[in-house]
Amino acid sequence: MNFLEQVKVLVIKDIMLEWRSKAAINSILLYVVSTVFVCYQAFKSVDTLVWNALFWIILLFASITAISRGFTQETQHRYLYYYSLVNPKALVFSKIVYNSVLMTLISGTAFVVYGTIFKSPIEDLLLYFTAVLLGAISFSSVFTMVSGISAKTGSNSTIMAILSFPVIIPLLIVLIKLSLHAIQGVERAASTSELFVLIAINVITIAISLLLFPYLWRD
Amino acid sequence: MRKTWWKILAVIMVGSSVIAGLLGPVPELPILNETIRNVYYHVPMWFAMIFLYLISVVYSIKYLGSSDRKHDLIAVEAVNTGILFCGLGLLTGMLWGYITWGDPWPNDPKLNGSAIATLMYLAYLVLRNALEEEQKRAKISAIYNIFAFPVMIVLIYILPKLTDSLHPGSGGNSTIGSLDMDNYMRPVFYTAAIGWILIGVWIGTMRYRIRLIEEQEDTFDNSAA
Repeated sequence: MNFLEQVKVLVIKDIMLEWRSKAAINSILLYVVSTVFVCYQAFKSVDTLVWNALFWIILLFASITAISRGFTQETQHRYLYYYSLVNPKALVFSKIVYNSVLMTLISGTAFVVYGTIFKSPIEDLLLYFTAVLLGAISFSSVFTMVSGISAKTGSNSTIMAILSFPVIIPLLIVLIKLSLHAIQGVERAASTSELFVLIAINVITIAISLLLFPYLWRD
Repeated sequence: MRKTWWKILAVIMVGSSVIAGLLGPVPELPILNETIRNVYYHVPMWFAMIFLYLISVVYSIKYLGSSDRKHDLIAVEAVNTGILFCGLGLLTGMLWGYITWGDPWPNDPKLNGSAIATLMYLAYLVLRNALEEEQKRAKISAIYNIFAFPVMIVLIYILPKLTDSLHPGSGGNSTIGSLDMDNYMRPVFYTAAIGWILIGVWIGTMRYRIRLIEEQEDTFDNSAA
């Protein structure tokens, strides 16, 4: 099998595993919805700046919770088996793709729920959707590698947070700025540099993940 | 390693830049006034930090290829020294900001970016402490180090250029070097920059050699017991 076929098989395998139990997706969705409600009870109404920041913070924590399970839900022995079958680069790439799909689903749900409960002030809906989509991909490309690293340390959750927050902050700053543009309805040409930076950071992180992962799994 | 000429050169360069920097003439500029002399100290700190982090990332890459423990030790000591220079850069910058901007820590992307980059390298040290087994620790922390380096570059050098910033050299501002330095200041500045980078490398190599001796003592104790 070539690289892309391997990735396809692995992604389908991950989706099927998730579909059978539905444990992760249901718990994360419930987590998102209840966080939105907690925020609603605490804030009642917010101005646009806080509206935007709150949404991204909710997404940040949801994605950390969702993706940190990525490498721990299956046993180490099973990974040993995968490694003897497939290219490690295909394995990490499939994880990134799968996490992107998962995150798109979660952030889409979060967006709908959040926008319904808090009144949505968005002017440029398409640009905001682009920001959310790019955010889902960015979160998964960064957190997949970091969760792979933190899975090796054993003491998972604290290390995951410590390692991933500083790395995600530049992306988060750009995402918040881009989505603020969408809320305020700034003309789209003004957001091209943000889009460019986001895509560039994503390409770099994915490339580095592909290069480094073969060293990470070999124990 | 034992060659001393560059250490003497480092001392001479830093010493002469301190003397020429404090006594030499500077252009009289509004707001900056005499604080422009800080450019001899504040900016070289960051140059030294970046250089040390670069050394660290190069040796992390080398470690992944060689699995030589010495490469790992160089990488971690370069980060330790880099964090020291980062702290000094923040301190001199806060002093400068307090006088020119009236606030040691305005909410500025350049300042926040460098603080977050420091968090990333502190996380690297925490990660090392979390891993018990030596080879695993070296390998995984090397991977994180390589992963974090481009993010650090984005944080300190690319993001501040995109947004509004008070800091010279970002947010559409010109650098101190292109606008405010006169022809007397330039040679002093470059001398200071190279001198401090060399001092940083010197501190790093010393820490590395101390670490090597400590490790040797440890292994000796183990074999004796």
